[in-house]
Amino acid sequence: MNLLAIDTSNQTMGVAVLRENQISGEIMTNIKKNHSIRLMPAVEELMREISMTPEELNKIVVAKGPGSYTGVRIGLTTAKTMAWALNIPVVGVSSLETLTYQAQFFPGYICPFFDARRGRVFAGIYQWDRNKPVPVFEEANMPMEDLLNKLVEEQKDVLFLSPDIGLHKEMIKEKLGVLAQIPEEVYHLARPSHLALAGMTRKAEETHLLEPNYLRLAEAEANWLKQKKENGQNG
Amino acid sequence: MGEFKMKKDTIILGIETSCDETAAAVVKNGTEIISNVVASQIESHKRFGGVVPEIASRHHVEQMTVVLEDAINEADVAWDEIDAIAVTEGPGLVGALLVGVNAAKALAFAKQKPLIGVHHIAGHIYANRLEKEFAFPLLALIVSGGHTELILMKEHGHYELIGQTRDDAAGEAYDKVARMLKLPYPGGPQIDRLAAKGSANIHFPRAWLEDDSFDFSFSGLKSAVINKMHNAAQRGETLEPADIAASFQESVIEVLTAKTYRAAAMYEVKQVIVAGGVAANRGLRDKLKQQFINTAIPLHFPALNLCTDNAAMIAAAGTILYEQGRRDGLDLNASAKLTLK
Ligand SMILES: [Zn+2]
Repeated sequence: MNLLAIDTSNQTMGVAVLRENQISGEIMTNIKKNHSIRLMPAVEELMREISMTPEELNKIVVAKGPGSYTGVRIGLTTAKTMAWALNIPVVGVSSLETLTYQAQFFPGYICPFFDARRGRVFAGIYQWDRNKPVPVFEEANMPMEDLLNKLVEEQKDVLFLSPDIGLHKEMIKEKLGVLAQIPEEVYHLARPSHLALAGMTRKAEETHLLEPNYLRLAEAEANWLKQKKENGQNG
Repeated sequence: MGEFKMKKDTIILGIETSCDETAAAVVKNGTEIISNVVASQIESHKRFGGVVPEIASRHHVEQMTVVLEDAINEADVAWDEIDAIAVTEGPGLVGALLVGVNAAKALAFAKQKPLIGVHHIAGHIYANRLEKEFAFPLLALIVSGGHTELILMKEHGHYELIGQTRDDAAGEAYDKVARMLKLPYPGGPQIDRLAAKGSANIHFPRAWLEDDSFDFSFSGLKSAVINKMHNAAQRGETLEPADIAASFQESVIEVLTAKTYRAAAMYEVKQVIVAGGVAANRGLRDKLKQQFINTAIPLHFPALNLCTDNAAMIAAAGTILYEQGRRDGLDLNASAKLTLK
């Protein structure tokens, strides 16, 4: 299988290509630069380097979030449109799940997370079972404090993975003490080749129906629902 | 095999996502619509009383490939026949534009087609060419929620801005007054409808600005409407909403019409076209027709479905750029504020 993997859901931008299920190449950057400008040129460059034409692709895998709303949309739009145009399947993989591949030999809980501002995080708890990550809890958008309290109750070793680890390191150590494992920086960045592996065997979704995994309503929609609920209670 | 194939037609696939319509279209030679698909989000935004950018962007992602598929199927063209992909690169809501731009880039790469970024207003102007060939010099009045501009064109793809709003766009003023009158969103068409039932018996100011200026200003008018309603309420009087709508609309239309007419005469244009969402306004259409009926200058409005945002207009404007040799790289970006050159 020839597969293209795309990740623009967070600050790292990644593109990887598998040829006959083998990794042919990947491009990854971790810089504050515009994904919209750089994604397609990166795909084009990588495909040219490995001498593969778009028609040779059999599948596309995309990191569907959570992460930056705009970043997730850039990746999803690109992946869905390419898949539709080439008439090949597209698979969306959670951006949190992709991170767990950095810790697939860790026996305890793995907690990938992204900062969601105001003390909140987009987070999941996974555990590797032989060759695949299994979610222990459903991914959620929650206060970091709540997440850590939950983990304290579990009393298990937890490995944290996040490009935003610096923002939450102190609180993690304070709450979990020796149960918390925080690896070196390189492990906190999602790699596109891991995304490719994650999506390789996964069943494709209907291209038109593939949606971002925002893990959060748009603010206007949340307010509207709240208003509607209040009005419902009053009337 | 070996047969010499002559290719005469230019076929462009257009994409537009600058605001709250997800649109794709196929256009032949910049003049003939082969397909024109628009997925409107208006029902979703109604509950918020206006377009919410984040919601608009979310809907674009959900709709983009569906709309593309419909446009290609309806057109019944093979990819081989499509010469290029044209997309609105700006101006507009940046998150919304990004969906169209990235879809266009993905298509350009997947199908190995040239990519062309199009200015949204050039699109609105070229909507007219889908119905009537241009005659230069040409004067275009662009009126929409985001724009109020007079543009002079001496040739294809050449735009000279001769007048623009210094504050609110005409469509913006319509939306604000509609909100004051508690009319449902979108307010512009509602005011137009209401105005037809009222009489313009309330005096509102006309912002003519300097004698030689083709610029516009609508914020003073908006304040005048607020004051009038406020004062009436304090005196315990009620103004007829239909009369407010009619009087407000008359003030807007009188200025738009007079300045367009004066510019058309001064630049000795051969054609006047009106474009943008407010070009669908009946009051404006009637007044401009009256003004130009006794002149030798032909006046043209696009059909209603071509006044509002659509992708056929982007493909039409993109056709000219394609013929002029414009090609964009895969690093094309969306630009919220883009000037028309
Ligand atoms: Zn428009």
